[in-house]
Amino acid sequence: MTDHIALPLSILIPLIIGLFVHMFGDRPNQRDAVSLIGGIVTFIMVGWLLPEVMAGARPSASLFEMLPNVSLAFRVEPLGLMFALIASGLWVLTTLYAIGYMRANGETDQTRFYLFFAIAISSAIGIAFSANLLTLFIFYEALTLSTYPLVAHKGTDEARKGARTYLVILLGTSICFLLPAIIWTYGATGTLDFEPGGIVRGHLPPAFAPLLLALFAFGIGKAALMPFHRWLPAAMVAPTPVSALLHAVAVVKAGVFTMLKVGVYIFGTDYLAETGASVWLVWLAGFTILAASIIAMTKDDLKARLAYSTVSQLSYVTLGMALAVQSGVMGGAMQIAMHALGKITLFMCAGGIYVATHKTKVSELDGLGRRMPFTFAAFAIGALSIIGIPPTGGAWSKFYLMLATLDAHQQVLLIVLMASSLLNVIYLLSIPARAFFLPEAGTALRGFGTLKEAPLLCVLPPCLTAIGTIVLFFHADRIYWLIALIPTAGGHF
Amino acid sequence: MADLIRSIAGHYNYWMFVILMMTGLFIVVSRGNLIKKIAGLNIFQTSVFLFYISMGKVTGGTAPVNTGRAGEVYSNPLPHVLILTAIVVGIATTAVGLALAVRIKESYGSIEEDVIEDMHRTERPA
Amino acid sequence: MIAGATAGFIAKHLPVLVVLVPLMAAPACLITGNRHATWAIATLASWTSFALTVALFIRVAGQGPLSYSLGGWAAPFGIEYRADALNAFILPLIAGIASFALPYARGSIGRDVEPRQQNLFYSALLLCLAGLLGVTITGDVFNIFVFLEISSLASYVLVAAGGGRDRRAFKAAFDYLIMGTIGASFFVIGIGFLYMATGTLNIADLAHRLATAPADRTVRMAYGFILVGIGLKLAMMPLHQWLPNAYSYAPPAVTAFLAATATKVSLYVLIRFLYTVFGLDDPFEAQTLKLLVMPLGIIGIFAASTVAIFQNDIRRMFAWSSIAQAGYMLTGIALMTPQGLAASLVNIVNHGLTKGALFMAVGMLTLATGTSRLSDLRGIGRTMPWTMAAILAGGLGLIGVPLTAGFISKWALVSAALDAGQWWLAGAVLLSSLLALGYVWRIVETACFGKADETRVIEPVPLAMVIPAWGLLAVSLYAGVQPALIMEGANAAARSLLPHLTGVGG
Repeated sequence: MTDHIALPLSILIPLIIGLFVHMFGDRPNQRDAVSLIGGIVTFIMVGWLLPEVMAGARPSASLFEMLPNVSLAFRVEPLGLMFALIASGLWVLTTLYAIGYMRANGETDQTRFYLFFAIAISSAIGIAFSANLLTLFIFYEALTLSTYPLVAHKGTDEARKGARTYLVILLGTSICFLLPAIIWTYGATGTLDFEPGGIVRGHLPPAFAPLLLALFAFGIGKAALMPFHRWLPAAMVAPTPVSALLHAVAVVKAGVFTMLKVGVYIFGTDYLAETGASVWLVWLAGFTILAASIIAMTKDDLKARLAYSTVSQLSYVTLGMALAVQSGVMGGAMQIAMHALGKITLFMCAGGIYVATHKTKVSELDGLGRRMPFTFAAFAIGALSIIGIPPTGGAWSKFYLMLATLDAHQQVLLIVLMASSLLNVIYLLSIPARAFFLPEAGTALRGFGTLKEAPLLCVLPPCLTAIGTIVLFFHADRIYWLIALIPTAGGHF
Repeated sequence: MADLIRSIAGHYNYWMFVILMMTGLFIVVSRGNLIKKIAGLNIFQTSVFLFYISMGKVTGGTAPVNTGRAGEVYSNPLPHVLILTAIVVGIATTAVGLALAVRIKESYGSIEEDVIEDMHRTERPA
Repeated sequence: MIAGATAGFIAKHLPVLVVLVPLMAAPACLITGNRHATWAIATLASWTSFALTVALFIRVAGQGPLSYSLGGWAAPFGIEYRADALNAFILPLIAGIASFALPYARGSIGRDVEPRQQNLFYSALLLCLAGLLGVTITGDVFNIFVFLEISSLASYVLVAAGGGRDRRAFKAAFDYLIMGTIGASFFVIGIGFLYMATGTLNIADLAHRLATAPADRTVRMAYGFILVGIGLKLAMMPLHQWLPNAYSYAPPAVTAFLAATATKVSLYVLIRFLYTVFGLDDPFEAQTLKLLVMPLGIIGIFAASTVAIFQNDIRRMFAWSSIAQAGYMLTGIALMTPQGLAASLVNIVNHGLTKGALFMAVGMLTLATGTSRLSDLRGIGRTMPWTMAAILAGGLGLIGVPLTAGFISKWALVSAALDAGQWWLAGAVLLSSLLALGYVWRIVETACFGKADETRVIEPVPLAMVIPAWGLLAVSLYAGVQPALIMEGANAAARSLLPHLTGVGG
């Protein structure tokens, strides 16, 4: 069944935690403690797999055969392990943060919130460890469904409307595009396993490759490729911990992770490079990067601005895959890690600001930095990482992606990336700049009164992640050695 | 023209079947009175019975009884037997239909479709 | 010794016993009178019948088709009961659903039928079951008509049994009776034409004679009449008008039973006639399927799903969903490939299980709250989370989310469409899933996130309803996780009909 106990446990523990959370529904302290401990245990379980994978082992588990040649099966490979590490590690911090946020805001239905949060994490780890497309698809849908109650959490008309958009786009694209792509792949190759070097070579005429890739690229709605990106801003009606972990890390990263998996293990970068099947995707990703950045600039709502920034940043990963060179895949994989840490910082800060001031608009934050120095300092560091300025981890992923554009002889895209970074500077760094350097607005002055930082549990986690982005700049080699194990045969030109 | 007349006359049993069937269906569709609907349904079913019976009839044939005389032509008994079953089914259907009409009359006070539909409209929609 | 003799007797008469057990139990219920005793008899009969169908399935899978001459009269003169890979695959579904529906009925029927009349209700249910099983197992086309009418007459009565709670059930049953009888009459006219053309009523004999002789106008007339007649019975768009009312007003146990079996058996009859009897060698027959049934199926999927979205009554919503699902099965049949046929068969079983469980869960909701109107059920998910979870699980099956039975059906149908080169059909099937998402999510949103009505009185749901509903749901989920058995059964059935498919372009 399995050759490493940590593999099934890392998927099962969050579910068991969900069960306990449900049982302790009427005792908030125990419930939140269980959530936190569960997060730590899950992270340890996933971390336990790391040395094995680094040593070249590929722990796997198989449950039962669903279709001929396709089982519900798991296999830990470097890319998936990295994703699982990020998801489970940040779950711990987000739980800490959520305890502070949910209590400070007096949110209702907290038990339901923690329950579905745990299920969502389990689904995300399931995606990370899937050994084939069908297993991945199952957990992909489970992730969509389990996050729906989180998005609709507030139960207001606005929340339900946003959640409906969320569900229709994510389920719709996956059923209408991803599922036929999977069935087509299965029909053509007779397998759905993720194999180094891809499985479609020799089974799929190169002329059809762009079409199949299009079904995948649009089917993976969680990667928020335009024009199927609308769900991400719509999901911002959710409480901030949800936006922070799920819509900056778990859900969206599950999307681009799937994108990388499909590119590397279904098509194979060589096949993509030879057939040129992904050239159109390079341009679409480039367009999404720029367009989403421009839209982000126009948004005054802080979370909406961050959401569009996410849309833009996700396409960096898609771009890395579509360039079909090794440096692109490495840059994409690194972007998953770096952006996760940076963006979760920004969201947690946004939540902290909301808890302390109930402000959601960028234009209302003038001068707040002096009252909430830790929050805004963390925000600034997170923003630097998103932009890709040293000494933050984001610099490395941007570096590799820019290298990849040159490797793939797509110089125009290099300019696109640079332009996007410039836009990032404008719409992200302007926020802490206004908060620190502009005077407090007249009307707001009275409102601020004795205002100070949000509760400790809302400030500590973003500070930790902000420090994390800096640590990752100096220790990027750890990630490098892990993702260098991703088998991309082609590469250095 | 002569051919046409001959064709009509030669298949007159089928024409009868078609006319009866259409009459029955028309009544079912056009009448709002539930009893009349059932009557129409009966006419429709009767046309089917006639269709089967005429199908088995052999011109000049006798009843299919084994008299021991050689070379005697007799009608095909099978369709006739089948239609006995169909008649039984038809009677059962009529009985259930009439029973339902009685219950409808009891609970609505009418067997006119328009009246019943009006009552449905005023009741809370399901 | 005696046990051995009994086993031998059962083995020898297995095909007829499958029908005979519920058929004999029906009058037994009538005579017994006591409602507890009749319930026990009915349940025992349906369980026995289920065990026999399973035995039959195993035997056919192992030893091939099984023929039984009724009364010892050899076919084609006598009536033949014939179990092959196709009907042995459908039979366990029918008897199995009945085995779940009867315990469920015990918990729920008190609302609809007075205690002293409940023995009549159980007799009617058994007659309906016997009729459906008879339709499926018989090898004689006229016998199909007779059994079809036995089951239909019983189901009119069963639908009317809902009249105790809502008088609209009477009118629904009446309309159902009119439409059903017209359908049956069309069917019997078609059989008459077949007899005129071939002089036989035995299915195997018919298949043989029609395959050797070129199709003439008489055969084509038969084809048309049978297609329309059965189309009415299985609620093929636009012959579906009877279904929404009948399913909405019948007692919950009846709706669950009929939705999972009656239309499915009609689909079986259609498959039997199209693929075994007619064989589709005649271009007229094949073209009708391709140019009429296929478009009607697709229109049915989209139109019925769209209508379902705008229903306020949950039961009516799922009734429309059943019409849409019939569309999926029709398109699979109309693909005229073994894969398409297998996909339809998988769908027949999977949808039967899912919809049966779904109507049972909705019945629990209706019983507890006294209403099935969505607008009266706001926030019910908070007070009845488990029942809502069951409805959600069934609903996800209708959408076709992975790990549900519906996903397997959809997978099979899309694969078949791609295999046949019908890209647009695969696209249409997947696109229509969004409509299913639409109506399922209306329920979820209203029930789970709506403002709850504080004054609502919730009556306890008897365990006799909860256990069968969850049991059937568990079976349907199992069918989604471990689809191998059903898929293999469907493939074997489709393969057994395959010889007749040669020569059909597609």
